Amino acid sequence: MQPIRRDFMTMIGAAAAAGMLPRLSRTQARTDIYDIGRSGNVRLLHMTDTHGQTTPVHFREPSVNIGMGEAAGRPPHLVGGAFLSHFGIPAGSALAHATTYLDFQEAAHRYGRMGGYAHLASLIARFRTEAGPGNTLLLDGGDTWQGSWTAHSTQGTGMVSLQNLLGVDAMTSHFEMTYGEETFRRNLNGFNGTFLAQNVFLNDEAAFNGAEAFDADSGRVFQPYIIKEAGGRRIAVIGQCFPYQPIAHPRRFVEDWTFGIRETDLQKVVDKVRGTERADAVVLLSHNGMDVDLKLASRVRGIDLILGGHTHDALPQPTVVTNPGGKTLVSNGGSNGKFLGVVDLDVGPGKVNGFSYHLVPVFSNLLPADPAMSARVAALRKPDEAMLDEKLTSAGELLYRRGNVAGTMDQILCDAMMQELDVPIALTPGFRWGPSTLPGDAVTMEMVYAHTAITYPDVYVQEMTGDAIRTVLEDVGDNLFNPDPYVQQGGDMVRLGGLDYACTPGAVMGKRISDLTLADGTALEAGKTYKVAGWASVNLPQGKRPVWDVVATYLRRKGEIKPGRPGRVKLKGVDGNPGYAA
Amino acid sequence: MQPASVSHQASRRTALRLLALLGFTALAGKVQAAAPGWPEQAFQQKTDDDALKLLYGKPMEVSDKVTLDVPEIAENGAVVPVSVSTTLPNVTRITILVPENPSALAASYKLADGAMPSVGCRLKMAKTSNVVAVVESDGRLYSASKEVKVTLGGCGG
Repeated sequence: MQPIRRDFMTMIGAAAAAGMLPRLSRTQARTDIYDIGRSGNVRLLHMTDTHGQTTPVHFREPSVNIGMGEAAGRPPHLVGGAFLSHFGIPAGSALAHATTYLDFQEAAHRYGRMGGYAHLASLIARFRTEAGPGNTLLLDGGDTWQGSWTAHSTQGTGMVSLQNLLGVDAMTSHFEMTYGEETFRRNLNGFNGTFLAQNVFLNDEAAFNGAEAFDADSGRVFQPYIIKEAGGRRIAVIGQCFPYQPIAHPRRFVEDWTFGIRETDLQKVVDKVRGTERADAVVLLSHNGMDVDLKLASRVRGIDLILGGHTHDALPQPTVVTNPGGKTLVSNGGSNGKFLGVVDLDVGPGKVNGFSYHLVPVFSNLLPADPAMSARVAALRKPDEAMLDEKLTSAGELLYRRGNVAGTMDQILCDAMMQELDVPIALTPGFRWGPSTLPGDAVTMEMVYAHTAITYPDVYVQEMTGDAIRTVLEDVGDNLFNPDPYVQQGGDMVRLGGLDYACTPGAVMGKRISDLTLADGTALEAGKTYKVAGWASVNLPQGKRPVWDVVATYLRRKGEIKPGRPGRVKLKGVDGNPGYAA
Repeated sequence: MQPASVSHQASRRTALRLLALLGFTALAGKVQAAAPGWPEQAFQQKTDDDALKLLYGKPMEVSDKVTLDVPEIAENGAVVPVSVSTTLPNVTRITILVPENPSALAASYKLADGAMPSVGCRLKMAKTSNVVAVVESDGRLYSASKEVKVTLGGCGG
């Protein structure tokens, strides 16, 4: 513990003295923000949704993250100033930069890049050491094996090797399964921890054919939970993978399996670990998304803590939810390796007596890079280094993706498809991963992959009627804004190129989308047919050309890229909603 | 937790194959049953109210003793798994309706004396709709309903 700490302090001191952190105030430079103390007897470290970002990144948190129904105005649906005041975070502080979009460019220069597995590794080592041997569990909420070329080119295997170096004890999944069952299972065989998912079952056809399952009797495909000894207590960790895998992604990747939230099955697992397994604490490692977890916590009894991911909400404190069995804490750990969730639990016999939670920001300037992890990350990147480092163009403005309805990086994707495929309208999915590029910085091939690297990346051009386009928007809008979280899938709105529209999040399905207007100012006609380009289709067959190739070709022709055009989507009825600041 | 034994696996597979055979039998039987006692008219009704009026013609009440198990979002609208069970006594009939389907009445099971009141089937759903389960117990009607969302798919997270 001592050496790590000394290195760390020396490094900050040296950086400040050398003027590397010019605007970091004296107080901030001298205070060890990683000195979070320790309480209780069990420490849980939670990472989630790193999306294959092995090296530090900038990632702008959303300025539009609207909650509907009960979710309006409560975490995670707070942005900017409303977010800071809710959690009592000082404006301009390091944590304010990490958790909000405010003054993003300036603050990004001041505080530097976040995340990276080497920095994460040294932070994890420090927190483990501080907790003492045998008292810590490291849990990974999934969306780890996808989101970068490094992850994609190794089909996830490279990321597994990093998880093993970190010493991940258990994980669950989302995009992990988009490599298909065979690759998914091969990766799991190489994973030193335990993969957990209580909510995946064989479908009837697969069960009939005797497909592989953890429990052939119930048809449950994976181990639902594990009991780990930590701090002298029995800690049950239950896995809940992304519940809508075959809906959100092509069914062919998981064709033998059926998913869902499966509250009733989960309750049975909780009752079992509380009963026959005599667990002292019960943790759900979840990839449901925050809103789904909040509803689940109000209905399922006996879970002490839900460590959540999927919706990429960086929440400094968990929400306490009351249910018929007591209270359940619900956290969400952010994305892209920017944060490590640290939970100290005071676990007594059969009962959690207290907790402390820290969402610890991973500032690469403030943390030493773990040498072994650095070497491993560099080795993974090495074979394609020249290709990845190719500078395609430079950013003429801040390029980011995250936000309910639009992002400048997604405009680039749409503009690229419209120009390269010669169509008037383009669609791109509202993914929540994909780091940001600061104005003046190079847009590299690696950055293009960081926004496109999926296993069904090919572009398509198809004819759609105006009515069909509207139906798509209404459908995706309902997945995002339906007041019942159990029918939300956790992504953002599909992004449009060549088409403006207005959206009323509070309206019912079929009534949210209006004022669809083409780039020439004319209205989209319901009965007329339009050529539409897109990618990441869950239904159409794959073609020949991945979207990253289209985007790279487009960007290489630009000396500088400045997508611009704000106000493409007009949001109605959201004034005063603290999840709206655009 | 240990993986289930080989014999478990075998017994499950045998049971499933047996069920599949029964399914074929039921299908063959249905063609014949279409003549006497088949509630032709009820199955032709557009709305759930009209279908229920023809099937039962009496009021029903919502009951938490009727368990309806459906997915929140259908993984495939063409085959939505629906199952209904109940703790109510003396169940004579279980009916499943999908009000938003072109014909609302989807299935109606007549139960023999002493049969365990638990049925399951796959329904085709064109769009998002409530699914309604109606249980006839001691001559009275009890219901439960849940919405099943049918979506185009696609992801964000």
